[in-house]
Amino acid sequence: MPVNKVLDSPEEALKDVFDGAFVLIGGFGNPGACPTWLIRALEKQGAKNLTLVGNTPGFGRAMIDLMRKYGDVALMPEWFEDGGILVQNGQVKHAICSFPVSPSPLVKTAFEEALDRAEVTVEILPQGTLAERCRAAKMGIAAFYTPTGPETIVEKGKEVRNFNGRPHLLEHAVKGDFSLIRAYKADRWGNLIYRGTSRTLNAVFAGASTVNIAEVDEIVELGELKPEQIVTPGIWVDRVVLRPKEGWVKEVQKW
Amino acid sequence: MVEKAKLDREIIALRAAKEFKDGDIVNLGIGIPTYASNFIPVGREVIFHTENGCLGFGPVADPQTADLDLVNAGTQAVTAQLGMSFFDHADSFGMIRCGRIDICVLGGLQVSEKGDLANWITPGRKIGNIGGGMDLAFNAKKLIITMEHVTKNGEPKIVKECTYPLTAPHCVNLIITDMAVIEITGEGLVLKEVAPGWTADEIQALTEPKLLLAPDLKEIELI
Repeated sequence: MPVNKVLDSPEEALKDVFDGAFVLIGGFGNPGACPTWLIRALEKQGAKNLTLVGNTPGFGRAMIDLMRKYGDVALMPEWFEDGGILVQNGQVKHAICSFPVSPSPLVKTAFEEALDRAEVTVEILPQGTLAERCRAAKMGIAAFYTPTGPETIVEKGKEVRNFNGRPHLLEHAVKGDFSLIRAYKADRWGNLIYRGTSRTLNAVFAGASTVNIAEVDEIVELGELKPEQIVTPGIWVDRVVLRPKEGWVKEVQKW
Repeated sequence: MVEKAKLDREIIALRAAKEFKDGDIVNLGIGIPTYASNFIPVGREVIFHTENGCLGFGPVADPQTADLDLVNAGTQAVTAQLGMSFFDHADSFGMIRCGRIDICVLGGLQVSEKGDLANWITPGRKIGNIGGGMDLAFNAKKLIITMEHVTKNGEPKIVKECTYPLTAPHCVNLIITDMAVIEITGEGLVLKEVAPGWTADEIQALTEPKLLLAPDLKEIELI
C-alpha cells in the first residue's frame, strides 16, 4: 500500500482530539504562520480542557477585528483567526506561552479576558525556552539547562545550576498530544516545506507531539520537493490537509 | 514653565543606529528600536536578525509590497534582500543564546544603576509578554535600551533598583533616551551625551542614581 498521510479535511484530521489534550499550535501570532483552518476545525470538534502551547495563546475574534480596522490591512486578511477562538469557545484551561497579552493597553486578548475571569491559567516562558522545551520533546531529550531566566519570575520553582560561571535554569521538555502546523507544500509522505518567516515555531512543533498535523497550500507528487529542499522530513508528520484557496500564499516579495 | 524640547523617537533610533558597525548582527525590538533599521548609513553592511526566523532582511515594506510570509518580530512586513536566510525558532534562539547577536536594541520601562532591565510587564497589569526579549537581554553581546528618560508622570525610569519584574539582571550596556546617552560601567552610570539644550544637572535631577560625567561629555552627535 502506498503511504498516504493526506486526509480529506481538517475535521477528519482532528476527530480524535480528546478532552484534556496538550495542543501545540505553530506560528508566531501573525496570519501567515498560523494554521487557521485546523484551529477552526478544532473549535467545531469541541474538545475541552485543552492546554494550548504556542507563542500567543490567542488574540481572539474581537482583537483581530480591531487589528484589521486600525492596523496594516495588507497584513490582516479576512480569513485570519487564531487560537483565541478556542479560548472564547471555552475549550482551553491552560496555556504555556510567551506572548499572552496585547501589546496595546487599549485592548485585551481573548486569553487575557479569560484569565481575568479566572477561566484559564498560564505559564509564561521566554520564547527561546518555549521553543527549546518543545524541540527537546521532539529530540527525545527530557530536560536541559538554559542561561535565560535566572533572577527573574521564570526562575520560580526551577533548579539553578552554574555552568561556565553562569547560572542556568533546568527546563523540562513539553511534549504535545497534537501539533497543528502551517506549512507551504507537502507530499503524501508528509515531507514539508515552509515559506519565509512562516517556518518559525511550525517547523519546531512538527514532530513534538504524538500526532502532528500539517495544513498546506499544495500537495505535490513525490519528488517535486527536492531532498535538499525538504525542511521537515515526513517522519515528523502524521497527517496532512489542504487549505482552501482563499488562504493560499500570495508571493508578493520574491526571493 | 516652558518644557524643554526632547528628542523624538526617530532621533533616538538614529542615535542607536550609530552604534552599529560593519558586519554586526543586530536584533531590534518593537517600538523605538524598529526605526533604527531606517538609519543605516549607505555602504555599511549591518545584518538584521529577527526571532521569528530570518537573517539579512531589508527595510520595512510598504503596504503594496507587504508579504504575509516575510515579517519581523513586531509582525511588520519587511523586504527581501540578497543573502537573506530563513530558519526555525529553535535555531533562531540558539543564535541568541550562544552569543551570536552583536547588538540588541530593546525598549525599557526601568533600567537600574547595575544595568538590570525591566520591560516585560506593564504597570497595572497582571501578566505581560516575555516574548523574545528575555533571551535577548540575557544573551546579546551588547544591549542598548532606547526609551523616554522619564515616565508620563515625570518619574525617573533610570532607577537605583527596578520595582517592576526584571527581564534580566546586569544586562544593559548603553541607555539612549530623549535627553541623554548613558553608559553602564563597573564604576556606575556615566553620562556621555546630552540632548541639545540640556545640562548635566538637569539630566541628573531626572535620574535616580548618581551620574558620573564622562571626561568628554558632549551634545548628542547624530551624524
